[in-house]
Amino acid sequence: MRSVRPAYREESEPRILGGCGLMGVCDQSGKRMSGELAVRAMASMHDRGNGLGGGFAGYGIYPELPDFFCFHLLYNDEVAKDDTEFYLKKHFKVVIEEPIPTKPVRGIENEPILWRYFLDIPEERLVETQLSAEDYVVHTVMDINTYLDGAFVASSGKNMGAFKGVGFPEEIGEFFRIDEYKGWTWTGHGRFPTNTPGWWGGAHPFALLDYSIVHNGEISSYGINRRYLEMFGYKCSLQTDTEVVTYLFDLMLRRHGLPVEIACKALASPFWKDIDLMPKEQRRLYTALRLVYGSALLNGPFAIVLGMADGMVALNDRIKLRPLVAARHGDVVYVASEESAIREICPHPEESWMPQAGEPVIARVSEKGRRKALTQAKQSAGQRRIAQIHTTAGVT
Amino acid sequence: MAYTTFLPPEFRVVIDKEACLQCGRCVQQCGWNVYTWDETEQRPRPDHSKCSACHRCVTFCPGGAITVKRNDLTFKGSDSMSPELVKAIWKQAETGGVLLTGMGNDKPYLRIFDHLLLDACQVTNPSIDPLREPMEMRTFLGRKPDYLEVVPAAAGSRAAGPKSKYRLVTELDRQLQLETPIMFGGMSYGSVSLNVHRALAMAAVELGTFMNTGEGGLHADLEPYQDHIIVQCASGRFGVDTSYLQAGAAVEIKIGQGAKPGIGGHLPGEKIDYQVSITRMIPQGTDALSPAPHHDIYSIEDLRQLIYALKEATGYKPISVKIAAVHNVAAIASGVVRAGADIIYLDGFRGGTGASPTIIRDHVGLPIEIAVATVDQRLRDEGIRNRASIVAAGGIRSSADVVKAIALGADACAIGTAALVALGCHVCQKCHTGCCSWGICTQRPELTRRLDPEWGAAQLINLVHAWTHEIAEVLGALGVNAIESLRGSRERLRGLGLDQTVLDILGVKAAGL
Repeated sequence: MRSVRPAYREESEPRILGGCGLMGVCDQSGKRMSGELAVRAMASMHDRGNGLGGGFAGYGIYPELPDFFCFHLLYNDEVAKDDTEFYLKKHFKVVIEEPIPTKPVRGIENEPILWRYFLDIPEERLVETQLSAEDYVVHTVMDINTYLDGAFVASSGKNMGAFKGVGFPEEIGEFFRIDEYKGWTWTGHGRFPTNTPGWWGGAHPFALLDYSIVHNGEISSYGINRRYLEMFGYKCSLQTDTEVVTYLFDLMLRRHGLPVEIACKALASPFWKDIDLMPKEQRRLYTALRLVYGSALLNGPFAIVLGMADGMVALNDRIKLRPLVAARHGDVVYVASEESAIREICPHPEESWMPQAGEPVIARVSEKGRRKALTQAKQSAGQRRIAQIHTTAGVT
Repeated sequence: MAYTTFLPPEFRVVIDKEACLQCGRCVQQCGWNVYTWDETEQRPRPDHSKCSACHRCVTFCPGGAITVKRNDLTFKGSDSMSPELVKAIWKQAETGGVLLTGMGNDKPYLRIFDHLLLDACQVTNPSIDPLREPMEMRTFLGRKPDYLEVVPAAAGSRAAGPKSKYRLVTELDRQLQLETPIMFGGMSYGSVSLNVHRALAMAAVELGTFMNTGEGGLHADLEPYQDHIIVQCASGRFGVDTSYLQAGAAVEIKIGQGAKPGIGGHLPGEKIDYQVSITRMIPQGTDALSPAPHHDIYSIEDLRQLIYALKEATGYKPISVKIAAVHNVAAIASGVVRAGADIIYLDGFRGGTGASPTIIRDHVGLPIEIAVATVDQRLRDEGIRNRASIVAAGGIRSSADVVKAIALGADACAIGTAALVALGCHVCQKCHTGCCSWGICTQRPELTRRLDPEWGAAQLINLVHAWTHEIAEVLGALGVNAIESLRGSRERLRGLGLDQTVLDILGVKAAGL
């Protein structure tokens, strides 16, 4: 049976628990790498998944259209697609709509209808709704994922996309022809859920706007994290704790404007015994962080990799109950559940280390590097696309 | 008439003549004057009708000769007109009075806590061993901002510390810092003895938590402990002046009490000795009457004025508002938070009292479980949950109740009855008589001196430490290591034997789902 997501209920079904493997790679200079790298790293951790979910997120993959929100949609059927397109056309100016290119792969079956849309927000809609463009997108994503049966937004950021489904990660990578995309950041995930609703939307990464999360672990504090997010209008409908991580980053980074290092210190906060020993001002900051964001503390075992427009963050829980290894070679930062995955794509890194519990590994792609990469990419590959936009939407 | 009352004694005091050492200690220990000394036979004779089953004599009898039994007279019986109701009617027919009682509601209403089960980790997430890993119980009560503003620290700024690259811009309101999410509820000096207050205050300091004066003022002897004392401002305004308000770590406006919502208080003149009188600032021997409402709070906007008056008077210390759990508690709580309260103290209908009309104690109010669940959800729905902390009280009997109340949404719990039980209270429900043989709920000097405050503090410290360890065990089993990950995490609770309506109100799934 084909299923992109379960129907939304106020009280969600029991969550899907499990273990996983994950990776992330980020070239801080902005140089774009083929997605094949991420697929190869994940393939080496084949046994960390059980074929019930794999996926990748790439950043810098749509250089010819960097200014439009790109929605990756998963549909159960044509009806869901028609309904959703009706909704999208009501809320956005659709610049390009096209199927996501795939190729048949043994092991991948019952694939949903996969479509992507490059969207622009009509100015008058923002005036009407009094929302920022980002909030407007969040609202529409929540609406589609909650209320439009048989439709699921896999990603909704600019110049990025999430490719995921039911299968081993290397199969999913081949299916989505990941090797044909180039990006400065890639994250990957292979899933080992301990029960088996094979639904495509439930695979990682979970993405909202430019944020994407791959996650190995279980959020034991899911109940309160979810209720905290609901206070801010997020709807957690996906039977998985990973979506709360995505929404928490969206809330803290985008809406509250916290620096990413500080947001990580709220999600995996230091212990009071350590805070008590900090110098006064730092203690004041960390105490306040725990007071105000106590309900956002992610408790329980996890390793996560957050993909962002300008880089990547890897983070362990506060007592490091899940594996995470990091390495650096030149400008490229690698993280993975197992060192073997890093060695597979970078045999001799200049340094490699085990990040401490709650200590984020942060890789940032410089603004200059990204601009340079975009300019180059546009010059080479973008002409056909740009011509297409001009004819479709009349954009000048 | 040959009889003086229809009422049979509630208990029978049985003395084993063989075991009795004829020492007379029972006569000396009983605060109720149950025993008289029979000079001819040289042994104690009990008057059963005076016994409250407080077990003071049982505990102190060196021969172990005394047992107290229920006076199990057989009535014809009726499910409708129970012996208890028959006896109540007799009592009222004989006296014409309102029936009074002490402690909390003892009727067999559904005890929701006992129908909630906790989760634990298996395989997919590891449980955490509380003996090996830190388990964080620290809790802060008070208003929290919606978000924090953090900016990069100015280069070379020493203020932020050597390693910190960021600086906090947001100024937080003052908070109460608790090292365990358990505090002591308000019990006034006057209703309980000064030694009880001393024990509570000493324990609060040692435990890093707070005791609450209740509405009877703050005795001068407690000043050394004032950083761990919440001072109460109730409708009688007993003992309230500027220095009192400024002495406490926080001020609590008591609107209502779980055991007797909507009614005032009456401490009889006999309990107002010299020490109580100077502490309460009323003449010795006069009745201390607390009006039912605050006569300067007839609506929510009046409460707002009092909250801000108290904030001004105290340099913006946290202000707690204590309300009884009544039918519309969620809406009331929302109003109270919007009126500026930093802490909302919810008192459930099982909460104790020094004296209450039985009809009020037994028939008015709501269970604390329902109150916490509805208030927490309402404040979340309105997006103002962070503006005030929730303290759950009135029916917290064990560490399991604390865990469940916190999972339902409370920030901390307060205990009153349980604390008194640690000091020797046997829950005989005769607090209103002033005869407490254990020296807890009395002002008679020969009785109050029985409670050694230092021993009492040690008992309280033991109890709260034990509960805190038990909470740590539960957190470890749940796979979390900070109390804030349990708070409001109703996902970790399941209801067994609760109907769907109650489950929906609690926001808890049925066991098996």
